[in-house]
Amino acid sequence: MAKYLLLKHYRGGPDAYRPEVPPMDQWAPEDVEAHMAFLHHVSDLLEKNGEFVDARALTPKQTWVRYGGPDAAPVTTDGPLPETSDLVAGWYMIDVESYERAVELAAYVSSEPGPGGTPLYEWIDIREVMSGAPAED
Amino acid sequence: MTGGTGTGPDEGALRALVPRVLAGLVRRGEDFDAAEDALQEALLEALRTWPDHPPRDPRAWLTTVAVRRLVDARRSEAARYRREEATYAEPRPVAAEEGDDTLFLLFCCCHPELTPASQVALTLRAVGGLTTREIADAFFVPETTMAQRISRAKGILRGRRLDQPGDLAVVLRVLYLVYAAGHAGRIDLTVEAIRLARQLTLATDEPEARGLLALMLLNHARLPARFDTEGRIVTLDRQDRSRWDSREIAEGVRVLQSALAAQRFGRYQIEAAIAALHDDAAVAAETDWPQILSWYDDLVALSGDPVRQDPAAVLGRAVAVGHALGATAGLRETDRLREVIGDRYRWHAVRGHLYELGGDLPAAAAAYAEAARRATNVAERDHLVRQAARAGAAA
Repeated sequence: MAKYLLLKHYRGGPDAYRPEVPPMDQWAPEDVEAHMAFLHHVSDLLEKNGEFVDARALTPKQTWVRYGGPDAAPVTTDGPLPETSDLVAGWYMIDVESYERAVELAAYVSSEPGPGGTPLYEWIDIREVMSGAPAED
Repeated sequence: MTGGTGTGPDEGALRALVPRVLAGLVRRGEDFDAAEDALQEALLEALRTWPDHPPRDPRAWLTTVAVRRLVDARRSEAARYRREEATYAEPRPVAAEEGDDTLFLLFCCCHPELTPASQVALTLRAVGGLTTREIADAFFVPETTMAQRISRAKGILRGRRLDQPGDLAVVLRVLYLVYAAGHAGRIDLTVEAIRLARQLTLATDEPEARGLLALMLLNHARLPARFDTEGRIVTLDRQDRSRWDSREIAEGVRVLQSALAAQRFGRYQIEAAIAALHDDAAVAAETDWPQILSWYDDLVALSGDPVRQDPAAVLGRAVAVGHALGATAGLRETDRLREVIGDRYRWHAVRGHLYELGGDLPAAAAAYAEAARRATNVAERDHLVRQAARAGAAA
């Protein structure tokens, strides 16, 4: 058993399969509804399977902060690094039997309906969550 | 696991009754799923009412209350209710062996059609008597998720005939999984696994069951020395051996000897024998590596194609080869595994260890760094990063 984070990105990931897809606020209302209903359905499904740990959405406002040096205020900006400005929109955390199962679930998430009800093919970023201390030598 | 609050029932004693009462219900034809639910409710009621009204016979009390719940759930007619309640409340003429009940339930919970995670969860609840909440905490998942996992597992068992002898090998693996899950949250699963394995050895003469118990005891004995006060991993060769639990080691050795006497060796007995040899060395330099190597020879001989079927054993043997015959020979053994587990952190970690043993510190540092990049556990990752830095600085 291992936990995985399935990260969703706002712009379809680093290499969007469908770059022509506009932001969701420009979709037809029924497509937005279908998309959101699907995401809820994924949470329900994970709960039913006993695989659910957490699901969260993040607001898109992004602030980067760093130490400003002694006696200086923190330095903030909304995007110092263009290459990593890709926003994390939210995640599912799952607890599953295998890596293969995590891939299967991520692919299912990525089948979420986009404009016109066709799959979004969004890239899902799978990251294994490290466990705590093992009992074995 | 502390006992009750002083006035409450002793939690350990209460939990020890769980498998016996549950097995009794299932044996009498109750559905496993429904019986387990009913017993959980009875346990909650026991915790509530026993402080003021301690029962004369706790086991009979639990059985009676669980049966009442079952009957309520079925909304049976009054006549049947009275009849069944009277039947169940009767003391059983000959108390069935406690061990039989445990084994029977373990076979139910470790049914081969269940996933390992479900087998573990169900075993902890139905045999270990833990609450869903405690099991959820131990595995860091929400209680609802664990409840759902248990409920699905029981759904799979529903309608299955549970009177066939099960697969002991699966039971042993499940108990080992419980042990390996370690100490998380309020529940120490290593202790829980040892408790269950001990119960199992009362239920079966199979030497592998005793081998498993011995393996757990012999490893558990070293746990106090395995982490320093900062939570950092301390490797076997640097552990303060005075902190090992000598009583646990003595028990482990005793259990192992009685298992080995049956002359039917299996992997748990062999792994326990290896652990016993480590435990036996007063200082790391006195470790009897040649004998450890010979046990590893036996371990890999259990598989037809050990490199593919049991790479962990081959990797463990490579360490023993390194210590007994030299680092180069040990590294050569790991080469055979490159294709199978060359992407696992443990393979790189072992190579780092063997390079260091052979005095090749730059190669050791590189291997430790590779291992750290692949670790899936925070303590291991931190340990490997330190090893890489230390070897790199000394190079």
